Amino acid sequence: MRGSISTTDLAKQFHNVLPKDAVLDKDEQLRPYECDALTAYRQLPRLALLPSKIEEIQAIVKICKEYKIPIVARGAGTSLSGGALPHADGILLNLAKLNKIIEIDVHNRTATVQPGVRNLAISEAAEPHGLYYAPDPSSQIACTIGGNIAENSGGVHCLKYGLTLHNILALKILTVDGEILELGGKNLDSSGFDLLALMIGSEGMLGITLEATVKLLPHPHDRKVLLAAFDQIQKAGDAVNGIISKGVIPAGLEMLDQLTIQATEMYCSPGYPSNAAAILICELDGFDEELETQVQLVKKILIDHQAIEVRVAKDNQEAELFWLGRKASFPALGNLTPDYYCMDGTIPRKHLAHVLESISNLSVKHSLRVANVFHAGDGNLHPVILYDANVPGELETAEKLGGEILELCVEVGGTITGEHGVGVEKLNQMCVQFSDAELNTFHAIKAAFDEDGLLNPGKAIPTLHRCAEFGAMHVHHGKLPHPDIPRF
Amino acid sequence: MSDYRDEITSKLEDAFQQKKALQIKAGSTKQFYGRDIYAEELALTDHTGIIEYEPSELYITARSGTPLREIEQAIAEQHQILPCEPPYFGANATLGGTVACGLAGPRRVNAGSVRDCILGTEILNGKGELLRFGGKVMKNVAGYDVSRLICGALGTLGVLMSVSLRLLPKPACEQTIVLTLDSNAAINKMNLWTNTPMPISATFYDGHDLYIRLSSSLSAIEACKKEIGGESIDEKDIFWTNIKEQTHNFFISDKPLWRISVPPNTETLNISGENAIEWNGALRWHKSDADENSIRTEAERVGGHATLFKGNTTDQVFHPLSKPSMKLHKKLKQVLDPVGILNPGKMFAEL
Ligand SMILES: Cc1cc2nc3c(=O)[nH]c(=O)nc-3n(C[C@H](O)[C@H](O)[C@H](O)COP(=O)(O)OP(=O)(O)OC[C@H]3O[C@@H](n4cnc5c(N)ncnc54)[C@H](O)[C@@H]3O)c2cc1C
Repeated sequence: MRGSISTTDLAKQFHNVLPKDAVLDKDEQLRPYECDALTAYRQLPRLALLPSKIEEIQAIVKICKEYKIPIVARGAGTSLSGGALPHADGILLNLAKLNKIIEIDVHNRTATVQPGVRNLAISEAAEPHGLYYAPDPSSQIACTIGGNIAENSGGVHCLKYGLTLHNILALKILTVDGEILELGGKNLDSSGFDLLALMIGSEGMLGITLEATVKLLPHPHDRKVLLAAFDQIQKAGDAVNGIISKGVIPAGLEMLDQLTIQATEMYCSPGYPSNAAAILICELDGFDEELETQVQLVKKILIDHQAIEVRVAKDNQEAELFWLGRKASFPALGNLTPDYYCMDGTIPRKHLAHVLESISNLSVKHSLRVANVFHAGDGNLHPVILYDANVPGELETAEKLGGEILELCVEVGGTITGEHGVGVEKLNQMCVQFSDAELNTFHAIKAAFDEDGLLNPGKAIPTLHRCAEFGAMHVHHGKLPHPDIPRF
Repeated sequence: MSDYRDEITSKLEDAFQQKKALQIKAGSTKQFYGRDIYAEELALTDHTGIIEYEPSELYITARSGTPLREIEQAIAEQHQILPCEPPYFGANATLGGTVACGLAGPRRVNAGSVRDCILGTEILNGKGELLRFGGKVMKNVAGYDVSRLICGALGTLGVLMSVSLRLLPKPACEQTIVLTLDSNAAINKMNLWTNTPMPISATFYDGHDLYIRLSSSLSAIEACKKEIGGESIDEKDIFWTNIKEQTHNFFISDKPLWRISVPPNTETLNISGENAIEWNGALRWHKSDADENSIRTEAERVGGHATLFKGNTTDQVFHPLSKPSMKLHKKLKQVLDPVGILNPGKMFAEL
């Protein structure tokens, strides 16, 4: 039965298989793990474990299986959806010590790494060979590949180079039954079902990643960065569509709204045009000749969309300056407000202007400021809701506003999460996006891998009961948006 | 353009009630792929039509029975392509069959697999329930990625009703060059070039000559040609169509054809008979009478797997799975097709 063993006895079991300092049980030792980057949710685990070997993880999982103890894996704890939030009855499995780069295979262009290796560390290790790992979440100095795989993380450059999903070749997975699954390889496909695809983005609920082989790419020949300012955010939204419909796939195409521009100016002075309602940052890469043609084309498109100013970085230094404000947006916004709440919906790009306008209306309605800084080329929005948790009710208002934004994304044919995952945060919105039969399928898949529900239980997939309650609540308030619209 | 979802659903519901196995069929162009099975046909041929095509959003959604040709024609008008360059293997190839088989063509090397360009699918499970996974946008991590799990499952996990695929702009220019090299030198060269940012979009080695397709602007291609050397060929479209469709001379043979997937930089495999190489070395075609076990052992030795692509497909076609993997495959089959009526045995006898 779950939790039938006392925590002291459980700790004894783990002491048998782990070094003494790898079992953390004191309150002050557990405190650092009580939340991830979604700090509104906090929960202490019963114990935190710090294995440094695969065999230790296997032993831990065996004990947890025997006593039916929930396991929450943790990489760097930068999840923005509460994916790494501990379970009250469970243990927290910190994988940060498994941080070895096992192999860089230059000629097959792969890196094989342990799960706790940081995203950026892979590119750093590949750098001497002129190679890099493409997915680059803004958190890349901290977040781990294990976390990236669990969340199918994206980044600024995934418009051209794909998400984590497109850049993982092989995984070694430990199932909760103690079996090791080797999925994929350095080759390009494998026999049987595409379990690799299923595993990526499964939020640590189907298995524990013990090892990953990732694809490395050669650095592009050259790159050029453009910055365009607009006096209306709608025009910037239309320009994004203009660029892509002209057959250009930029390496990155990002948008910042006025509030974000002001915040970054105060924070790190990137020198963005101060009169802009929105700016676009567009990075292009390729061969010299090809690149120059693209720069001219994009410049023309931006001007055709009534950009009030277009700059082309003349060198790397200026390009970095263009990126500086974008990269510092979140800390910069953090300076404006005691707390912020970052959302993550994706929409078809053509709805950008409409959705941004609706978000601004919702912001007025709930009297909370919302900043927008996001992956415009992918239609992946990151509305950032500014609030103060010390003001009673403000967190709830922020969550409500956030929920309404996500439902808006579903309404226009998009999704409630583009890269941050569902975690504990978007369980209610999952009920809006999926039918009962679909949710049942997810639960059955979970059970196929983990029949006792020990791996990260309660995350990512809501129970039908919860959805029924959420639905009832919504209808009561008359807010369920267009239940009859097909969601495909 | 017609929607037969209701008819197909009720056929499936009946089959579920009666536990009657079905063989899913659309264009019948890839029936050869996978194990031979005999069951009542569930035809998707009439379930056709492009539902939504948004060139500026880079996606298309179409019903599964839609001819692949219709899709490629529609997107070509907007100067777009299917990134994975899927083979037809016959005039009637459909979208559903393409996704179910998950076979990509020459462009796989730099534009990704069929699964990589899937955005969302709508399927009927083995009970006839309509399920939608994924959507129309690239970045979408809500729920487990069932739409990509379905891809390449040969219809054993669900009947595809419609699919949304990501598209790419057609490259401004394409040229093919040819060099004469021995096999290991060809493998070596392909991988050296792939370690540079050259826009190589296809490679094929026939045992004597190495063909390389470059896709980019004319000026970039000219610059790369200088680096690679070799000679240009002018019949470029027909050449790569022949590779993709296996109408090139190499593929015309009565011998069993093995498809061996290996890490790209693997030396020439030790398997008797002629071979050809694609995908910068990652895909090896072997025309060989060698016994199955020796071929599979050789593939495993280098970290790959072997599929009997054409030959006596009554027995084992795909590379055997490990025990834990097969156990999971069975459970997943049970989830989506609880009474085992969808293409049973098409992939593995046990599924
Ligand atoms: C400032 C900031 C910027 C960010 N920018 C981006 C961005 O641009 N794009 C983006 O996509 N995300 C971004 N994120 C979100 C976050 O960084 C990613 O989700 C990241 O992948 C999480 O990695 P992590 O190592 O911190 O994982 P954690 O937060 O520790 O865990 C995340 C999930 O992974 C599971 N997990 C971790 N390791 C394993 C393993 N070995 N096996 C199984 N499950 C495991 C956990 O159980 C949990 O469910 C950002 C976060 C912050 C704080």
